[in-house]
Amino acid sequence: MTEHMLTIDGQRIPFTEGQTIIEAATAAGVYIPHLCHNPEFKPHGSCKLCTVKVNGRNCSACTFPAADGQEVLNNTQELNETRRTITQMLFIEGNHFCPSCEKSGNCQLQAVGYYLNMLDAHFPFFYPSREVDASHQEVMLDRDRCILCELCVRASRDVDGKNVFALSGRGINSHLIVNSTTGKLKDTDISVDDKAVHVCPVGAILIKRKGFEVPIGERIYDGQDIGQVSLEHEMPIVEEAEHGR
Amino acid sequence: MAGKIKVATTSLAGCFGCHMSFLDIDERILALAEIAEFDRSPLTDIKHCSDQVDIGLVEGGLCNAENVHTLREFRESCKILVAVGACAINGGLPAMRNHIPLQECLEESYLDAVGVENPQIPNDVELPLLLNKVHPIHEVVKVDYFLPGCPPSADVFWKFLTDLASGAEPSLPYELVHYD
Ligand code: SF4
Ligand code: SF4
Ligand code: FES
Repeated sequence: MTEHMLTIDGQRIPFTEGQTIIEAATAAGVYIPHLCHNPEFKPHGSCKLCTVKVNGRNCSACTFPAADGQEVLNNTQELNETRRTITQMLFIEGNHFCPSCEKSGNCQLQAVGYYLNMLDAHFPFFYPSREVDASHQEVMLDRDRCILCELCVRASRDVDGKNVFALSGRGINSHLIVNSTTGKLKDTDISVDDKAVHVCPVGAILIKRKGFEVPIGERIYDGQDIGQVSLEHEMPIVEEAEHGR
Repeated sequence: MAGKIKVATTSLAGCFGCHMSFLDIDERILALAEIAEFDRSPLTDIKHCSDQVDIGLVEGGLCNAENVHTLREFRESCKILVAVGACAINGGLPAMRNHIPLQECLEESYLDAVGVENPQIPNDVELPLLLNKVHPIHEVVKVDYFLPGCPPSADVFWKFLTDLASGAEPSLPYELVHYD
């Protein structure tokens, strides 16, 4: 059997039939920045942070299938600058006040900002008004910090089988809705053990009374950058899926 | 040395935490004093910038008309203007009032809050008028550099100023970049 191969930044990367570029990269220990992608779920392809150049064209690495002989550019100054701009836009579209956010230090959006050396948000801020849902006893939804990645939607639908969340509206009016007659979390059957409660990459879905439990200095991204953390966590998941193919 | 680098600092809608963090450079301030002198700053109590300031460090965002005025003076006087800390960069915690109408904020603080005596909304002509929303400084003037953090650590100030003093393009390594 001949091995399938592509290159990323000149490095030869093997892949198996059916893998996306990001899966092949992760399995080979190459980090491609991403936010809406999580190897446990079907790709969504919305944040565009994983943009790479495939044979000269911009593609989302989380949705684009790996193919023999592809020449992929990933860790280039140009792509990282584009990714930084995307990250800045994510910041100005929501309300991200990291010093008062329980997710700070454990947040993937923030960690991507650090990874890309984002020092400011460049654009004027939108300061949108977004609704906080604190109705549930144990789970809290702060839409100010939602980046519309649909990971909670996918987790609730595909893993928990509950369909608690969905996205509604278009463009700047897109927002996360809760499927209950009142639109409130308290009237759903969500519970703290649900996958949906644990996949949010930012501080939009939180378990109550857990905030600031881990001291500064010991949080996930205090010592390691998101490239290292992400590979450590995602490599085994991708490898397992590969064996399952 | 021909002349020392002139550094001005100010706190707009900030808490002075960034200034306190700056002073955490501790004894390194002696080395700094060899090459730099403070111009307008709460540390010197000089009230206005001199004509040619080299570096202006601005803590805090814009919450009232006086903040905007001070910021414009800084921009006019300083060759290099630096947004220091979360509030200058994104409005910070004061900007959390942005989705509450100003009137409601004032009523909550001065009329309805627990323990308020003689409730009235302050309305003296001496008081700077509040802006409808709190804004980061880059929305009003051109900003040359940004030092994130709430506050940026003393090492951030030190790295930035020593880079500039040595003629290098200032940069912050991964471990000095924080938004909290
Ligand atoms: S969700 Fe992340 S980026 Fe947003 S405020 Fe919280 S820590 Fe900061
Ligand atoms: S709540 Fe979190 S997981 Fe759900 S869409 Fe928003 S950012 Fe994504
Ligand atoms: S990670 Fe690929 S588009 Fe979001």
